[in-house]
Amino acid sequence: MGSYVPSTDKERQQMLNAIGLDSFSELYKDVPGEMYLKGGLNLPAGMSELEVRRNISAMADKNTVFETILRGAGAYDHVIPSIVSYIPAKEEFLTAYTPYQAEMSQGILQSIFEYQTMMCELTGMDVSNASVYDGATAAAEAAAMCRDRKRTVTLISGASHPDTIQTVKTYCYGKNSELKVVPVKDGKTDIDALKKMLTDDVAGVYIQQPNFFGIFENADEIGEAVHTAGAAYIMGCNPIALGIMKTPRESGADIAVGEAQPLGMPLGFGGPYLGYMTSTDKYMRKLPGRIVGETVDANGKRAYVLSLQAREQHIRREKASSNICSNEALCAFTAGLYLSVMGAKGLADVATQSMSKAHYLASKLCEIPGVSLKYSGEFFHEFVTVIPKAGKVLSALQSNGILGGLNIDGDILWCATEKVSKAELDKAVSVVKEVLA
Amino acid sequence: MNFPNELKYSKDHEWVKTEGETAIIGISDFAQDALGDIVFVNLPEAGDEVVAGEVFGDLESVKAVSDMLSPVSGTVAAVNEELADTPEILNSDPYGAWIIKVEGITDTEDLMDADAYAEFCKED
Amino acid sequence: MELIFEKSVSGRGCSILPACDVETASLPANLSREEPPVLPEMAEVDISRHYTELCGNVHGVNSGFYPLGSCTMKYNPRIDEEMAALPGFTCIHPLAPTDSVKGCKAVFDTAKKYLLEIFGMDDCTFQPAAGAHGEFTGVMLIKKYHESRGDADRRTKIIVPDSAHGTNPATASMCGYTVVNVPSASDGCVDLEALKEVLGEDTAGLMLTNPNTVGIFDKNILEITRRVHEAGGLCYYDGANLNAIMGIVRPGDMGFDCIHSNLHKTFATPHGGGGPGAGVVGCKDFLAKFLPKSALMDGEDALQVRSFSGNFLVVVKALAYIMTLGKEGVTEAAQNAVLNANYLMSRIKGTFKPAFDRICMHEFVLDLSGYKEETGVSALDVAKTLIDYGMHPPTMYFPLIVHEALMLEPTETESKENLDKAAEVFRKLYKLGFDDPEYMKAAPHHAQIARPDEVQAARNPVLRWSKND
Repeated sequence: MGSYVPSTDKERQQMLNAIGLDSFSELYKDVPGEMYLKGGLNLPAGMSELEVRRNISAMADKNTVFETILRGAGAYDHVIPSIVSYIPAKEEFLTAYTPYQAEMSQGILQSIFEYQTMMCELTGMDVSNASVYDGATAAAEAAAMCRDRKRTVTLISGASHPDTIQTVKTYCYGKNSELKVVPVKDGKTDIDALKKMLTDDVAGVYIQQPNFFGIFENADEIGEAVHTAGAAYIMGCNPIALGIMKTPRESGADIAVGEAQPLGMPLGFGGPYLGYMTSTDKYMRKLPGRIVGETVDANGKRAYVLSLQAREQHIRREKASSNICSNEALCAFTAGLYLSVMGAKGLADVATQSMSKAHYLASKLCEIPGVSLKYSGEFFHEFVTVIPKAGKVLSALQSNGILGGLNIDGDILWCATEKVSKAELDKAVSVVKEVLA
Repeated sequence: MNFPNELKYSKDHEWVKTEGETAIIGISDFAQDALGDIVFVNLPEAGDEVVAGEVFGDLESVKAVSDMLSPVSGTVAAVNEELADTPEILNSDPYGAWIIKVEGITDTEDLMDADAYAEFCKED
Repeated sequence: MELIFEKSVSGRGCSILPACDVETASLPANLSREEPPVLPEMAEVDISRHYTELCGNVHGVNSGFYPLGSCTMKYNPRIDEEMAALPGFTCIHPLAPTDSVKGCKAVFDTAKKYLLEIFGMDDCTFQPAAGAHGEFTGVMLIKKYHESRGDADRRTKIIVPDSAHGTNPATASMCGYTVVNVPSASDGCVDLEALKEVLGEDTAGLMLTNPNTVGIFDKNILEITRRVHEAGGLCYYDGANLNAIMGIVRPGDMGFDCIHSNLHKTFATPHGGGGPGAGVVGCKDFLAKFLPKSALMDGEDALQVRSFSGNFLVVVKALAYIMTLGKEGVTEAAQNAVLNANYLMSRIKGTFKPAFDRICMHEFVLDLSGYKEETGVSALDVAKTLIDYGMHPPTMYFPLIVHEALMLEPTETESKENLDKAAEVFRKLYKLGFDDPEYMKAAPHHAQIARPDEVQAARNPVLRWSKND
């Protein structure tokens, strides 16, 4: 049996005796006898470290690690610099709790302050929180920030990630507030339909940029319509795209959120990921979760603390707008580190290369008879093709060690990042060509 | 503790000063002392309705938040905009730093005079 | 120390990517940002040193004693980290075809089997990313249940004890419920009479931790869950304190209908300075049909609380931990967590006063209100002085039902001599409060910073660095 309990049997007995007891069972005298688990748990016997390594490695070996990944749809396979994998594994950051005691947590607090600054820079916003669980919950929390007594309805673009839509829907259902999905036209939010839906009870409108289909929305025009109707404007932006893309602030957004997994986190079968949230000053005190602020200590020295805590559940309890407590601090730390390593130039390079490879892939695929772009709009690093035999195409790619795009009702949503080489893209295209020949 | 005689007080520690048809509302010295350093005030907007005994805003200190309950029913005529940037004046000058002014008053809670309120605070 | 931005030198950087090997695409002007973001420009060596310096200003579990009550700061085994870093897990796309992710399924299935056995539940979801997120999921199950019975309109209230974590009432409110606070009895447990009074046709459910937040196992638990069920409500188990009882008694056998467990507390996955965690939610059979799904992965119109299927890599760590401990080890961990708490309490006794002087579970609460009256030294002052002794302070001012509370949870991974040393420090500080209270009121004296000005931070928020400052 494996164990992490340091005390020996002898020491345990000494400790029991010191508190006036003879056995462990006396510690549990409050547990009613009929509930006591007789015969113990039905679990296998404990294992040595070597056995655990063998068992779990065997599980990992059952997965297919694709050499080439051309699938995104909310989880993106970008290059993770070596130092970005290494530093977050340092024990101090890894094992600490939320920095409640500022006097012995300056390292974590400062790293969050730096992260907040970087996310504000990326999005053009004034304030950032210290993270929420992922992009979908960030959207749901942002929707909650916009609602008040008079305005209770949330609108979400149907061109958003399906998991984001469903998560926002669940959060709205919880609060008994209404969510309406704005229709999609040619792979983009239908602005005419949106304008009709902008009644005076609409609190906030969420769109994704670039959207689920990889297409850039007419974000400025949507923003104008939303503000004319007196509602708040939430944009969910891909943080890599923000290396080159017009910021949500420049497009008029009040709140910017998104999935920051692309900033240095591995695919990891879906998590842990990182929800970022930034906003204009006006929404500062409505942002949920931890926020780190700069101040001075009793000696006048610069210091960082968890700030504006009166918003949070541990103080406001049932009046808090969010229950969030634990967040994704180490992922935020990783994102801050990633952005420091890449710098503005490196980030723009990642964005441009991803976009260039996607455009190259699209042009090569569309040379194959029967394959064409489904939508006409400008796209970033994802695009949808109409394609015959999508299922067959994807299995052929899989047999060649390539994870192809995502099958959406017979069409394929492709993604390319800076990580794939021209040779890999050419190989994928030749496999597709062969299937469709 | 200072409880000016010309004011009336609610059991929720707000003070009320009546000027013609208008009720001016703030928090008492006792309240600001109990709360500690006030860092932010959540205020209603002019034109909002307030109801006697119900919440019209809240006060934040670093580690607590406290609801403000309106001693009167009516319409908010004005809010003290100064509190947005300098909430600390509620600590330094609780009777100078009014919070809201209410007009069109339709209902008023039972209020105490300064002596009764001082007695009330001793028990609280 | 300097911010990373203040160390930035224009023109520096790291070399990560090769040149682009396809024709470069670019955004049209109307989609391009006006100016690049201001991000650090640093050589890799300077980045590494920056973070190493930050590291020196963090207290982790391995830096010293960390008795932060309610947070279960046990040792985080290295093998768990190694397993979660296997490329066979980290490189897997969440939307990869089913036949290519059999290993991930094996992890989820195995972890599920083991956890359900520990919970005494029938099914679970790994979607929630943290404890509070699990609470939200669990109470949404309760909401769906009442709705499915056409009972949603009248069942509008969730009962929460006044000793509960703030997340409980906040969760109930997020789920559209009115929160009914029920006072605790003098022993810190649920006041049965008070519970009876608030139960009724409008009861949707009860949220409870057991052992509760003062570290006591509520011996009336079967009576409590029976009464809630009789009123037509469901019982939610907040698993924050599961470490005390795993392998001894199961929430499912206490009469609870659903539960969340913080894998980052009980099952030894690290807290990462505030996250990521994982908040697996278990439930009885009759609630299983409401468990959340992913719209994209499962194509269902069901509850969904986040994207994809959860913090998978955290689940890998928890699985490695449970496999290591096994049948006997899980129980052993709980027993020793309880033993360590009782031992530490007994060693401190005679100085600071336990709020409830009796056998506790995995944690206990000290009540410093009398001490503060005598010395003028508050729970905060004691906590801050502890920092100078290399110890992370206990949880302060919680639960709210104890004034001047310090809540200590040593966990099972502290040795007897560490507990002896810690107790010695507490005894020393107790005395110091009488001898030199002013010293304690100004503590810490040897930490990274002296006490920060939190009032200024909140009144004049500075939440980001700016180039012009």
